[in-house]
Amino acid sequence: MLEGEGKMIRVENLTKVFTSGGIFSKNTIVAVDGVDFEIKKSEILALVGESGSGKSTIGKMMLKLLKPSGGQILLNDKDIYKIKNNKEFYSKVQGIFQDPYSSFNPIFKVDRIFKLIKQSFKKEVSSSEWEGRVEEVLKKVGLNVGDVLNKYIHQLSGGQLQRLLIARALLMDVDVLIADEITSMLDASTRVDVLEALLSLKEIGASILFITHDLSQAYYMSDKIVVLYKGSVVESGSIEKVFSNPMHPYTRMLLDSIPQLDRKWEEDRISVEDFDKSRAAWKEGLCKYIDRCPLADLNCVRPKLKLVEEDHYVACVKM
Amino acid sequence: MKEFMYFAFKNTKFKIGLSILLFFLILATIGPYLSHYKDPLEYVSMSNLPPNKDNWLGTTTFGQDVFTQFVYGLRSTFFIGLFGGGLATIIGLLIGFIAGYKGGWIDEILMMLTNILIVIPTLALLIIIAAYLPYRGIGIQSVIIGLTAWPWTARAVRAQTLSLKSREFVNLAKITALPPLKIVLEEIAPNMMSYVVMVFILQFAGAILAAVGLDFIGLGPTRGISLGLMLQYSVLWNAIQLGIWWWFIPPGLAITMIVSSLYFLNIGLDEIFNPRLREE
Repeated sequence: MLEGEGKMIRVENLTKVFTSGGIFSKNTIVAVDGVDFEIKKSEILALVGESGSGKSTIGKMMLKLLKPSGGQILLNDKDIYKIKNNKEFYSKVQGIFQDPYSSFNPIFKVDRIFKLIKQSFKKEVSSSEWEGRVEEVLKKVGLNVGDVLNKYIHQLSGGQLQRLLIARALLMDVDVLIADEITSMLDASTRVDVLEALLSLKEIGASILFITHDLSQAYYMSDKIVVLYKGSVVESGSIEKVFSNPMHPYTRMLLDSIPQLDRKWEEDRISVEDFDKSRAAWKEGLCKYIDRCPLADLNCVRPKLKLVEEDHYVACVKM
Repeated sequence: MKEFMYFAFKNTKFKIGLSILLFFLILATIGPYLSHYKDPLEYVSMSNLPPNKDNWLGTTTFGQDVFTQFVYGLRSTFFIGLFGGGLATIIGLLIGFIAGYKGGWIDEILMMLTNILIVIPTLALLIIIAAYLPYRGIGIQSVIIGLTAWPWTARAVRAQTLSLKSREFVNLAKITALPPLKIVLEEIAPNMMSYVVMVFILQFAGAILAAVGLDFIGLGPTRGISLGLMLQYSVLWNAIQLGIWWWFIPPGLAITMIVSSLYFLNIGLDEIFNPRLREE
């Protein structure tokens, strides 16, 4: 893959608009609004934001599970929606979903997910060799073969199921992995094992989109970060720069909300002022964060991302 | 399966329904071999004989053997239930799966078609179609019934498919590059198996009743015999007024019992498949 060296997956002006309702009352919701980012080889990009900010929607679009309303997703400079062969695409790009319980078909035993991969992508591997590989990846994610194979979903815990899904992704040796809140169902002790497994995938050259709302995990895992608010990027750049010098009021608020072990919650957090930025003031063309921003006034027109220092972009007119 | 059998044989409704159904099924299978006569419409004896040792259920006004008519009629009833109900189930499943899984304009068109068929009164449609066909056999009758009975099944299957396809395991199958047909058949359909079985049972009962209805108003098969035709003839020849009870009671009772047994089976299966309804 010489032509794609260094470049793996790039998202350009990605937009998703959901419409609901019928002919008479059409509602549109802009879930993702012109998002750009790029993940290079052996790089982990954290996509953070609150619930409903469009993180999972972006992940689904990158897995071709949702069609974008606008923009492009380029895998090694090739539009993924132009790759018609699904087997070819999914042998390179894989995902792990949020909810391990609904990721398995309750009718079948859980190890069916491995059999399906072999059928779809690894026909050439012999059965005995395949079993060896499965055992190996299960060990890697801290699972005991006897504990999980030949079981039904209701016989396993959420953590075990989630690790099975990660093992599945590891088996595929993919180029791009979309990991959507994969630790949300895990307890603290297994969380680290799972994150380490992801890091080992990065070491063998995969690009990983790490979707999370946990900023400390994002910091632990990633090289770059993209902060989303209501479908738009408010701040992005190298993880060190964004964490050491957060510029956007929303990012600052997020970083301030990380619980610290050594101190109680302090009152000096940025608070939302009593400022008339109610919904009446919110109109097209103004900053989306206006109703919660302590710095905002009615002159805050919708900002574009701008470079504030090397590898650090912010979308705020006050910066 | 083991679990299913365990709960099935603990459920009284299921057991009652299954026993009655099996009784009639066995009677329909071996009955014609027990009867002394081969042709249910043949003149075999004096007319209007009450049950006796040669004619176990007596004879009709035309001297036909009621038992022979009854067992052959049972056969056609089961045939119509199986084929008419089966056809309706298959069409309903197909349309429901396609509409639910594909979505978009395919869904819109299929659902429009379905809704139109729901709105048209089925009985009127059946009468018109049946009246247009000069010769009608049991087969044609079951096809007509099958072709008009599927809309509710299609709608219900579509709704279930819509809910199942938003589950993550369907997404996981998609990113495993499984083709759509395989996803529907292997991921979605098995999760609806219990529902499909129940739909088939209801369609089976519905087809039997629809056929009896058509027979009774004179639009039944022009050849052969069925339980509905027996009822129609007995009414036409005043069996009720003349007290020839052995002519109309057996088919009437059999239809009622078969349909009731199917409803019992349906309720029983619902309790077996749905853990929340299981009797402790």
